[in-house]
Amino acid sequence: MVDITQEKVENVGPAEVPEMELYHAHSWWTKYVFCQDAKVIAIQYGGTAVAIGMVGLILSWVMRLQLGFPETFSFISPEAYLQFVTMHGMIMVIYLLTALFLGGFGNYLIPLMVGARDMVFPYVNMLSYWIYLLAVLILVASFFVPGGPSGAGWTLYPPQAILSGTPGSGAGIVLMLISLAFFIVGFTMGGLNYVVTILQARTRGMTLMRMPLTIWGIFTATVLALLAFPALFVSAIMMTLDSVLGTSFFMPAIVEFGEQLAYGGGSPVLFQHLFWFFGHPEVYIVALPAFGVVSDLLSVHARRHIFGYRMMVWAIVGIGALSFVVWAHHMYVSGMNPYFGFFFATTTLIIAVPTALKVYNWTLTLWRGDIHLTLPMLFSIAFIITFVNGGITGLFLGNVVVDVPLSDTMFVVAHFHMVMGVAPILVVFGAIYHWFPLMSGRMLNNAMGQFHFWVTFLGAYLIYFPMHYLGFVGVPRRYWEIGETSFITTPIESLNAFITVAALIVGFAQLVFIYNIIVSVFKGEPAERNPWKATSLEWQTETVPPGHGNFGEEAPVVYRWAYSFSVPGAVDDYIPQNVHPDDVKKIAAAEGD
Amino acid sequence: MWVAIIVVLVALGSLVFHLMTPWWSTEIASNWGSMDLTIDITFWVTGPAFIIIVLFVAYCIYKFRAQSGAAEAAPNSNHKASYEPENKKLEVWLTVGTAIGVAILLAPGLVVWNNYVTVPDDAVEIEVMGQQWQWGYRYPGADGKLGTTDARLVSGDNPFGLHLDDPNGQDDILVEGDDLHLQLGQPVNVLLRSLDVLHDFYVPEFRAKMDMVPGLVTFFWMTPIRTGRFDILCAELCGTGHYAMRGNVVVDEKADYDAWLAEQQTFAQFRASLQDKSKNVKSVAMNDVIEDKTDGGSPVSPVAMNAAMNTVGPMPAHGAATR
Repeated sequence: MVDITQEKVENVGPAEVPEMELYHAHSWWTKYVFCQDAKVIAIQYGGTAVAIGMVGLILSWVMRLQLGFPETFSFISPEAYLQFVTMHGMIMVIYLLTALFLGGFGNYLIPLMVGARDMVFPYVNMLSYWIYLLAVLILVASFFVPGGPSGAGWTLYPPQAILSGTPGSGAGIVLMLISLAFFIVGFTMGGLNYVVTILQARTRGMTLMRMPLTIWGIFTATVLALLAFPALFVSAIMMTLDSVLGTSFFMPAIVEFGEQLAYGGGSPVLFQHLFWFFGHPEVYIVALPAFGVVSDLLSVHARRHIFGYRMMVWAIVGIGALSFVVWAHHMYVSGMNPYFGFFFATTTLIIAVPTALKVYNWTLTLWRGDIHLTLPMLFSIAFIITFVNGGITGLFLGNVVVDVPLSDTMFVVAHFHMVMGVAPILVVFGAIYHWFPLMSGRMLNNAMGQFHFWVTFLGAYLIYFPMHYLGFVGVPRRYWEIGETSFITTPIESLNAFITVAALIVGFAQLVFIYNIIVSVFKGEPAERNPWKATSLEWQTETVPPGHGNFGEEAPVVYRWAYSFSVPGAVDDYIPQNVHPDDVKKIAAAEGD
Repeated sequence: MWVAIIVVLVALGSLVFHLMTPWWSTEIASNWGSMDLTIDITFWVTGPAFIIIVLFVAYCIYKFRAQSGAAEAAPNSNHKASYEPENKKLEVWLTVGTAIGVAILLAPGLVVWNNYVTVPDDAVEIEVMGQQWQWGYRYPGADGKLGTTDARLVSGDNPFGLHLDDPNGQDDILVEGDDLHLQLGQPVNVLLRSLDVLHDFYVPEFRAKMDMVPGLVTFFWMTPIRTGRFDILCAELCGTGHYAMRGNVVVDEKADYDAWLAEQQTFAQFRASLQDKSKNVKSVAMNDVIEDKTDGGSPVSPVAMNAAMNTVGPMPAHGAATR
């Protein structure tokens, strides 16, 4: 109804700059800091995750010092010990592993491996990183507030997380919850990008069943995260309200040190259900990208196709789906309805079947391969061993009645470190040794890498394998000091001291690794193009490292899966995904010349 | 070559450690030997699987490792990897085999779990109550019934929060600051309650454990099968004093058990004794002590807690603490 007079447009000028020019960054700030290129965002994510991960590593040292040499270090009070435990756990699971696999490897590899020029929403992708950084900074800030960071354990169970008997129950826990909420907001921005890019921006010929398993792993993990993180989000918000405004979402009637509190009617068990509805898929949010990446590393470095590709894809998807119906196996002795135990034990053990198939297929990929014992291959082999070990102890804990004596003991600590700490981190290392030449154009130093590998793999195994047996003895977790007991008949001090020394050494090896990265970025031996002779698209870019836009004038066209290694009849032992069938050198033709 | 050897050593070393370890489950003191048996079954199924898979990996490394430079120099040599993307028959067999293995683990596990959650009719009820960072115990008394409770009713003269108008509660026997006693061979349904945060009643020799949740009554049942004095630990993180939340449980022959129980105060007797005391003593010191603590703000060290418990005496111990 508004009266608008249409102005007459005399002339619309032609575009003054070519479209691609607008798309590229022009200033130092937009190229390296507020950058929308997924590869730069990936490195920002990775660098931040590793930096906060080093904090987590140092915290683990201090914890181990207390356990290995109790009553030696006066600065490790019971309060401080619990705060170290809590921050170590949360940092490693959320701020290191989740951020590194999805924000780091996801950002770097998704566009390159599916043949896209970038993520579909680059601006939102950039925001994702900056919100993640904000979340990390809020988390770090909690070290400096009165009362210090939360000491509630990484599971943050109420009521104790917000009651005065727990260190950091004031500002510490609130900052933790706010940080988590920001992390989830940031992750959601990135996660939508990963999913939509994989579904919508694949290049011609890149059908879903031609995607490298790395992409399948990251894709499924991202879908899980988008569905699971909201449960953590609501629990963080509700607990913040319980803490700050005195609501009672998770707080029943409580008598604290003889004093009646104003809470009433809430349920601590509800929080546990919400937490683990997120928390169990979280295990697979970390594990599935590792599954995917290690499949590709094994295939490339064994010069053989991954065995049973379709089975591997369906196993990833199946594990992802099942991971939403097993959460309460973390709660067998939580006081929930005991009949849940039947259901969750069954679903949990069923998940072992697709997981075991993946293990078989990794080993069958090595079978009759042409195994090059490069660093990525060594790390992949170490992954198989530690993952099988950690997966098997999962069969103990998943089987409800076996869990009863072992839950809340050091067996649990050993299990989850082996299966979602050691094993995925070994894949992270393998992946960095594998893709570093692509990211930097240089190779990592092999001698330092060998040292790093052997100390990390054998050291981590020596830390966690014997630790299971402390759990059989009955040593509980999260104990500042076990002291004198009658149930420990064989002294455990020597074993605890041994584990601590091993942990210090393994931690030191990580410093060597970081030194190796820093030195190699500047002075490493220049890498040849595609040094591992891999088939996937990220190695087929015009320049190395790939520039903004990833590929040259034409996006690559995909003709086959990513596992055409040692194809019978072909001259080369690998055929990149984008080589036209007519261009494949065949042995018969070669002989005819 | 030596990579394969190290992988073999990892497998064999794990096996040797497992067979030789001096660290193993403590001698059991309850009827839950079936839990230990389920653990053994799990080892028998999964242990060989672990060894076989790791040795297979070692064999592949040894047998199929690239000869140095062979792939580059002679890509058509015998070392070229074989090409066999799928093998349906093999994959089906591996699936079926794994499923059978899993069923062997799960079936006995669920049977034992069914026993664990099915309390026998002849089990007597006792209550264990947790609060930061100590244990309290309640026996049903002569009528064999525990009185009902409510956390809202907890106070210095009603430490368990019993309903005063519930006749079942008057003869309940309250024990604080002393050991828990159980009768040898008598199945017992342990009802678990917490006043403040999550705790977990854990006796390693009993194998059984269950969280204690404020607002809920949880339970597990067991039968003590040997006499002795065992450690009670808290197995669910409950704050600064978690590591120090200890207690003891004594398994007695029937005669000793009955004698011990006869010495304990009932709820009614406890109330009466308090009234006697308050006639003599003008004020109950405990309330002042509590205010000390809450005004101080920071959590109290459990050592101080225990010291306070001992000075104040066995009954009104909850929250009594000085710094």
